[in-house]
Amino acid sequence: MKEFALIFRLKDIADFKPSPEQMQERMNWLGSIAAQNKLVDKGSTFLPTQGSAKTVKPNNVVTDGPYTEIKEFISGYIVIKADNIDEAVEIAKANPIFDQVGGNIEVREVLKLY
Amino acid sequence: MTAVLCRHFGLTHIEIAEDIASDTFLKASENWAINGIPENPTAWLYTVAKNKTKDYFKHIAVFETQIKEAIQSNEIETEKDFEFSSQNISDSQLAMIFAVCNSANSTEAQICLALQILCGFSVEEIANAFLTKTETIKKRVLRARASLRNDNFQIKTLSEPEIKSRLDTVLKTLYLLFNEGYFSKSNNQQIRKDLCSEAIRLTLILTENQLTDTPQTNALLALMCFQSSRLAARTNDKGEAVLFDEQDKSLWNKALIEKGNYFLINACNNNETSKYHLEAGIAYWHTTPTGQNKWQHILQLYNQLILIEYSPITALNRAFAFAKVYGHDQAITEAEKLQLTDNSYYHELLGYFYADTDISKAISHYEQAIQRTKSKTEKLTLTKEIKRLTEQTSR
Repeated sequence: MKEFALIFRLKDIADFKPSPEQMQERMNWLGSIAAQNKLVDKGSTFLPTQGSAKTVKPNNVVTDGPYTEIKEFISGYIVIKADNIDEAVEIAKANPIFDQVGGNIEVREVLKLY
Repeated sequence: MTAVLCRHFGLTHIEIAEDIASDTFLKASENWAINGIPENPTAWLYTVAKNKTKDYFKHIAVFETQIKEAIQSNEIETEKDFEFSSQNISDSQLAMIFAVCNSANSTEAQICLALQILCGFSVEEIANAFLTKTETIKKRVLRARASLRNDNFQIKTLSEPEIKSRLDTVLKTLYLLFNEGYFSKSNNQQIRKDLCSEAIRLTLILTENQLTDTPQTNALLALMCFQSSRLAARTNDKGEAVLFDEQDKSLWNKALIEKGNYFLINACNNNETSKYHLEAGIAYWHTTPTGQNKWQHILQLYNQLILIEYSPITALNRAFAFAKVYGHDQAITEAEKLQLTDNSYYHELLGYFYADTDISKAISHYEQAIQRTKSKTEKLTLTKEIKRLTEQTSR
């Protein structure tokens, strides 16, 4: 089994707050992965609100965001295990976010140092 | 009894305490068969055990004085009678569980030992509770006993941090004790009410002590109350299991449901969410009448529970709740992803989902479930169900 990070991107800050029904669907998706014993790390969700994101750059340059600069912003991640990247992609495809609000999911294999 | 005796012997002599306890019961079975059961069986047992203990110490004393004269009076004899006080764990059995839950052993080993010595579990029952092989448990228990003996453990009053740090393991032990009673598969006895009530009694004592009266303890107790409220409705007069949907709800114990509500509210006085909270929440929803959102609430609690801790049983229960919300067709897709093909409940669940739409698949899953279950009543229930489905198709 390999491990893959699923990195979620939303298009609009307004989509960040899901309705109760949307939340249930998202939890069903996550619960389904966990029920298959394929969830390695339930990850974190990142706040998109003003003052909750800064970017530190060379020469002590600190900017707000990234939410002010780019339209798509990272809203969170989880780590799953799967036999191969195709299986991880299939799991990502089932995420209700595509039907609900749009956005995208980046699937990345995790480098294992052992 | 082993627990009480160990208090006098010290944990280093667990085997002797166990021997005396079983000797006592042997004597009881011989004596009672001839003379009838005495008026106060408990007192009788303890008197016999006490005498046997005294005899044992006499032998030891002779041995010790003749072989080594300079032996100091050991802690066994000087140990005072246990005093009841709110500061102490006011129960021999509970005190012993705390003593056994010593970090010298791994958490699993601590629980195994507590279940074996104190709750009278067989190695097979422990293996069942942990979903592991009996051989593994046997080795684990032997090692754990050895390490307790080597460290010369005693039952003594534990310090506050010691009690707090051991509480998690103690709760887990009581949880497994209750579950073994509630979901018992072995001994051909569907429900062993005595195990359940013992687990409740011990957990109740924990809520009476300031140090151990935590949200988690209250949540666990709430869970036990909700589950026990259905004990009477879960078996029929033939001792067969009655499925949840077919239970006579008037048999549910309302007093226990109210107690469950009370402890669940106590459990929620801060933001802590443990697996006991989630399981108690699920058990609470089961006591409510079927409304529009009942199963959605249950499903969401299972989603959270499976995120905290994966177990095949939780995964299958979650699939059942999913079916209640989204129907059997969608639930089949969801359940088949689990791939728990060695699990009898997996096939039972799929058989149940398929029964409406594809009878031959349903029967094939029920047959696989029969092959994999050890429970006789379960085999019986499933065989009946297959017969019913077969008759349905031939009509």
